[in-house]
Amino acid sequence: MKRCLPILVLLAVLLTACSVDLNASLPAFETGVSPEAWASVPAGEFYFGQFAEAASTGAYEVMVTNVTTAQYAAFLNDALAGGYVKLDGDRVVGYYPGDEFRGVKHEERIDGGDWIFVPLDDPAQRVKYDGATFTAQEGYAHHPMTMVSWFGAWGYCGYYGYRLPTEAEWEKAGRGTDTRPFPWGENIRRNNANFYASRDPFEDMGSFGSRTTPVGFYNGKTYGDYATLDSVSPYGLYDMAGNVWQWTGDVYEGMHYRFMRGGSKDTYEMDLRLWVRNNATPTYASPGVGFRCVR
Amino acid sequence: MRFIKARLGYLFGSTKGLILVAIAMIAVVTAVWGMLSGPLAELGVREVVVRLLGMDLVQAEREGRIIILYHSIAMAVIAIETYMVTGLLAMKPFYKTAVRALITPGYILAMVFGLLFAYFGHNWAFHGLYIAGLTLVFFAGVLLVIALWPWNREYHQVDPAYARTRGGVDVERVAFFATALTTVISAMFGAVPGSFFGNGFQTFLAENIIRLPEKSTMQYAIIGHLHIMLALIAIMITLIVGRWLNFKGILHKIAMPLMILGTIVLNLGVWGVATPLEPIAHMIIYVGATPSMVAALLLLIWSWGKLMRDGTAGISRPSLGQKLSALVRDPLKFGPTWQMLFMNFTTSGLGIFMAVKLDEIFRVWPAREERIELTGHWHVLSAIIATIILLYYGDMLGLKGRLRQLYGWAIIILSDIAFAGVTLFEMKRLFISEAVQQPLVNALMIAMDFALAMLLVVLAIVMVWRLADLFRGRGRWTEELNHELAQEVSK
Repeated sequence: MKRCLPILVLLAVLLTACSVDLNASLPAFETGVSPEAWASVPAGEFYFGQFAEAASTGAYEVMVTNVTTAQYAAFLNDALAGGYVKLDGDRVVGYYPGDEFRGVKHEERIDGGDWIFVPLDDPAQRVKYDGATFTAQEGYAHHPMTMVSWFGAWGYCGYYGYRLPTEAEWEKAGRGTDTRPFPWGENIRRNNANFYASRDPFEDMGSFGSRTTPVGFYNGKTYGDYATLDSVSPYGLYDMAGNVWQWTGDVYEGMHYRFMRGGSKDTYEMDLRLWVRNNATPTYASPGVGFRCVR
Repeated sequence: MRFIKARLGYLFGSTKGLILVAIAMIAVVTAVWGMLSGPLAELGVREVVVRLLGMDLVQAEREGRIIILYHSIAMAVIAIETYMVTGLLAMKPFYKTAVRALITPGYILAMVFGLLFAYFGHNWAFHGLYIAGLTLVFFAGVLLVIALWPWNREYHQVDPAYARTRGGVDVERVAFFATALTTVISAMFGAVPGSFFGNGFQTFLAENIIRLPEKSTMQYAIIGHLHIMLALIAIMITLIVGRWLNFKGILHKIAMPLMILGTIVLNLGVWGVATPLEPIAHMIIYVGATPSMVAALLLLIWSWGKLMRDGTAGISRPSLGQKLSALVRDPLKFGPTWQMLFMNFTTSGLGIFMAVKLDEIFRVWPAREERIELTGHWHVLSAIIATIILLYYGDMLGLKGRLRQLYGWAIIILSDIAFAGVTLFEMKRLFISEAVQQPLVNALMIAMDFALAMLLVVLAIVMVWRLADLFRGRGRWTEELNHELAQEVSK
């Protein structure tokens, strides 16, 4: 029996991994924050990065929330009908003109051509396709669009004449003109944002773990018995820390990686600090990665 | 007064006392600072600790704080290894005393004032004392290098069972010397960029910049420094274990030159990352790491063979089962080399697998996943070194019978469960997607945290026992007062 114990423990560990209900019921809360809203960011200097170096941007407008699943489903319907994207097996692809390849160590070619926007066969995908129409999965319409690649985020913004924010624009929109580490100020509490083990009503760490919260959820409202703190950024943006990482638009010389900001439902609060960067290949899609656009 | 003087004499005047103090210091720091992250942070314990102790955790300074924390613990570990080296190897009494007189206040100053500066507001006098502590440790290292000078005739090896040159130079002593010398140089290799970035806390964790295609010389130096220091601490503990177990014979004669070669080439490769040699530095590192690891393997083969031979000495034709039984009979002698072997699954093997499949697998994942692997594998390596020290310490304590078995196997089994858990956690993306990982993560976390917590409990019991022992007039400490490690080397 003693000899079998390690094997039994390993089996138990692996078996527990097979019991996740990705479609477990979801609380339905109305946040009152419109995903159609835009915020203005004036031109001028701001403090950039962990060590608060002076930087500046021009004036721009930025989405108040992340792009929602419903918005992305609507985009796919329009874009598919207009030939902007096409179906390629179990994925939606679209054209990207490519990047200059410099042959730097670890750099990979991003040539012009069709690249994946969203995978449709991933069980974590919240946009569903019935063969004719894309729709948001029930309960997820006002949650941030996830399982979208950098190309898919770039394509969405470009389709409407917008673009992804640069890292500088993203950080300024979240930070304003002071040196705060979080959009709302100096310190973080569990009900400021959706992060790992933050105990929000959408989370169950005993089974499926952390899930996205509807866009604009942390606005000071009380949902049932869960009171949020108003965690808006100085320019009026929501979810600039936590919930989902957000793709940014910079394409850097000598690397194919694309950068993300903001931390997510799956990361500790240290990753929610406004200057923290994450990156991945532009084809990467995850239940913890979304985006917003600027114009 | 005599009561206190006698105890202080033991704690700061004897090898075992000095090691006990350093282990206790690390245990306290691990216990308190361990509550600031991981499951205890999730449970809200961190907020309580921060409030209770009056910590001042500025968000932008997290990386700087962590670097000081790592250095605080590392200085105590280096001090422990230094005590062991000065207790095991022959050297002039002056050097032995001087090295200890420098390194003891050095690591204590670095630890106490480093942590006070980093976590309790920035009193720059504390920072000065932290730097002073590091400097004392550095000069203790310089003095240790001088003390270990192997070409002094009085340290020549006369026993042909050990590795020696034709002229009689003790090759094992050369290996200790080379490791100490390169450690001192590599400390400088980190001190320069450390001063550059550390000024005003404008520093970074290496794992956060790993994917940037362009890195400055100073950034490369930091990455090189942290890798080589840990590697050198691991090499030094391997040499110490070899000396403690009385490694000798033909395998010793092969292993020691390999250890010297490996140490020197490994260092050259790591220093090379900050030079125009950077494009081939990794190749030099691989070339250097290989003989070092082969030397450790030879130690393992020799020590396991010896354990089996000694354990079956009264049996004319021992069966495989009897040999295996003899191998694992004494966990404190079997454990250190087993942990070195286990390291190949959790650190070396993983590192090689990552290097081979880097672009194909690991660089497809987000940087955060790669960060988990990077931090995980070196935390495991550090912890393996710590467990080897604790196993040796158990032997130093003279644990016998059931207590020896319990202590030894608790350290081996609990730590290996935790390390296996960490390794599976690091590699989870190979076999499970983000969306369905939570139950697996929970199970692994429970295994890791339970094992580590129990390990700390074992350590706490030993520390409490040793503390209680100090209050006894004729406690064990009186027996240890004049014992030297060299006298207790295996026969």
